Amino acid sequence: MKVSAFHLMPHRELPHDFEQRYESVWVTPPWWELADARRVGQYYNWTLDELLHAARAGFDGICTNEHHQNAYGFMPSPNLMGSVLAKQTNDLDVAIVQMGMTLPTTSPPIRIAEEYAMLDCISGGRLVAGLPLGSPMDVNLAYGITPMEHRERYREAVELVTKAWQAKEIFAWNGKYFQLGTVNLWPRPIQQPHPPIWIPGSGSISTFDFAADRNACYCFLSYSGARSAKAMMDGYWRVVEEKGLEHNPYRAGFLQLVAVSETDAQAEADYARHVEYFYHKCLHVPPQWGAPPGNQDYRSLLAANRSPVRRVEDPKTLRYRDFVDKGYVIAGSPATVRERLIEEVIKGLHVGNLMVLVQIGSMPHELTLKNIDLFAQEVLPHLRDIWDEEGWENHWWPERLRGARQPVAVGVAK
Amino acid sequence: MASPDVQQQAATVWQGRVPLRVRVKGAGPAVVFFHGPWGLTWGPFLDALAERFTVYAPEHPGTSPGEPDAIREVDSLWDLILCYDELFEHLGLSEAMLVGHSFGAMMACEVAALRPTRIRRLVLIDPIGLWRDDAPVINWMLLSPQVLPAHVFKDPDGAAAKALFTIPDDPEEAALAKTRLTWAMGSTGKFIWPIPDKGLKKRIHRIASPTLLIWGEDDRLVPRVYADEFARRLPRTTLEVVKGAGHAPHLEQPEATSRLVQAFLGRPADQ
Repeated sequence: MKVSAFHLMPHRELPHDFEQRYESVWVTPPWWELADARRVGQYYNWTLDELLHAARAGFDGICTNEHHQNAYGFMPSPNLMGSVLAKQTNDLDVAIVQMGMTLPTTSPPIRIAEEYAMLDCISGGRLVAGLPLGSPMDVNLAYGITPMEHRERYREAVELVTKAWQAKEIFAWNGKYFQLGTVNLWPRPIQQPHPPIWIPGSGSISTFDFAADRNACYCFLSYSGARSAKAMMDGYWRVVEEKGLEHNPYRAGFLQLVAVSETDAQAEADYARHVEYFYHKCLHVPPQWGAPPGNQDYRSLLAANRSPVRRVEDPKTLRYRDFVDKGYVIAGSPATVRERLIEEVIKGLHVGNLMVLVQIGSMPHELTLKNIDLFAQEVLPHLRDIWDEEGWENHWWPERLRGARQPVAVGVAK
Repeated sequence: MASPDVQQQAATVWQGRVPLRVRVKGAGPAVVFFHGPWGLTWGPFLDALAERFTVYAPEHPGTSPGEPDAIREVDSLWDLILCYDELFEHLGLSEAMLVGHSFGAMMACEVAALRPTRIRRLVLIDPIGLWRDDAPVINWMLLSPQVLPAHVFKDPDGAAAKALFTIPDDPEEAALAKTRLTWAMGSTGKFIWPIPDKGLKKRIHRIASPTLLIWGEDDRLVPRVYADEFARRLPRTTLEVVKGAGHAPHLEQPEATSRLVQAFLGRPADQ
C-alpha cells in the first residue's frame, strides 16, 4: 500500500455567509473582497510545511495539484510547490506526486514534460507524473479552451508529452492543436522510460479506457467517499479485466478525506466545522459550470440523460455527521478511521495508491499537523502491508521507492 | 416541428466527411436561413417566408439528429465557412438572399463576406460576431437550464419558449431532447467560445448587399449597442426593433418579424 498526503491549498478564512453572498467559489470570487496577498503567502507556506511534515511523519508521497481563479484550492502552478517539496525531501524516501499540471491549458505541452523532468532530476527520480484533464472551470471558463476541444487537446498533449520523454531521436510534431518542428527535450527524467503516470478522473468511462490503454494508474478524485464511488470503480475494474490487464490494486488511486483525533467525539469537536466549511463553501459552484455544452461527448451526455433521474445530493443540506455517516469523510478515532479506510476504501474499491486529503477547508495549521501525526502514527502503519501477501508490484510508483518506507522521525513537528 | 410539406435534402461536403441536412420549402428566389445555437426550428416564420421564396435551411454540423459527430470534422470557423461555400455549390445556388439568427447571423455575415457578389440581401436577426468590453454578450452556455428560457425569450412561459425548451414527458424522448439541445449549443459554441469575436470585424467590410438588422426589443443576451456596431460597419443597413421579443423575435413574434423580412427581401433591387 502506498499512502500520500494530498493538499488543495484552500482559502482557510472565507466569511461565514460566503455561499449566500457569492455566486461561486470558482471563476468569479472577488479577490479584493475576499483575500489578502500577505495572508495568502502564509497559506502557501503552511501548505508547504504541512506537506513536508507529512513526508517526515512517514507518508509515502506528497501531492499537489493545479487549479485557477478560485478560493477552493489555488495552486495555479503545482510545479512551483513541487520543486520546493522535491528539494526539501531529498533525504527522505518520499514520492513527489504532481496531480498535477493541467495538459489542455499548457501550450506547448512539452513544457509539462520539461518541468516534470526537472522535478525528477531534482528529486533523484522520485516523481509521480499526474496527467490531469483539468476541470471545466479551470480549462473552459478560466483558461478559455473550447469545451468541445478540451478532451481532444488533452489526448494529443498526453501523446506528445510521453513521446517527448522517451524519443531517442529529435522529432517533429505535426498535431491538430500543437505543431513543433524540433522536439528535443532537455532535461529528460531519471526514471526510464518515463516517470509513473497517474491519470486523475471523476468517473467518466472514456477516461477508464484511456488510462487502461496506456497502462496508467487511474485515480478517482472523489469528495463523496467510497460508497458512491463503488459503482464507478467497479466499472473501471471491469474495463481492466476486459482488456486482459492484471487486477493489480496499484493500477487504481483514490482520494479520501480523513480526519483523525483521539476519539470519535473529539474528532467531531476538532473537525466538524472545517468539514462543513469544505463542503458548503469550497464546493460552492453553479452545477452547470461543471459540464458546459460540448465538454461531454454526445454519447456520454445521452447516457447520462437516459440514466434514471438520480438527484445528486446537495452537500449544502448535509452536516458533519451526515458526511461521516455517508463516508464523504472518514473521521474519528484511529481505530474507526483505519477500520473504515481498510474496509470501505482500500478493500472495497481495490485500491493500492491511496491519497488522503489531510488539510480540509478551514482546518488551521496546528490542527492539520495533529491530523497528519495521528494518521501517520496510528493509522498508516496498519495499512502498509495490506496488499503484500498478494505479491503485487506497484509499477506506478518510483522504482527506487517501491520497498518498505522506513518510518523516520515519526511525529517530529516543525 | 417541421410542417409535413418541408422537404429534406442531404448534402455531403468537405471531402465527404461532413453530412449536412437541409430543409427546403417553397418556390421563388432562393433564401438561405442559418439557425441559431439551439438547433433549427421550422415554424410559422419560415412557413411564411416559403410562400414567396425557396427557403433552404441547413442544420449546422452536429445538430442534425443521428449525425452528432459531423462536428468533429469541422475544426475551425474557416472550415465551417468553406463547408457552407461547398453547400451552395451543391445546391446550385449561384446567388441567394441570406437570413440568419444569432450564431446563424454571424455565419450569414461570414458567408456574405466570402463571396460578396453572390449574396443579394442579408437579414441579421439579433446577430453575434462582434464584441464590446463595455457590453459583453452573455455566454448562454454557462446559464442553468432553469434561467436559459428567460434569457432567450421575453416571455419564458410563452408558446415559442415552450416549443424550444420544454422537455417531453416520455423518458427516452426527454433524454434525446436534452442531449440535442446541449449538443447543439456545444456544436455551435465550438466556433465562438469563449468570446464570439472571431475576426468578423476584419471581414465584414467585404459585405456588399443591403442589410436588414432586426433586434428583439428585450434581447437579454446580446445588448442593443451591437445593432450600432453592425450598422456602423454595414453602410446599407436598416434597423428594425421588434416589440414583445427577446433574442429570438422570429420565434416569439413570427408575424411581425416575417412582415419586416418579407418587405425587405421582396423589395425591387434598386431600392
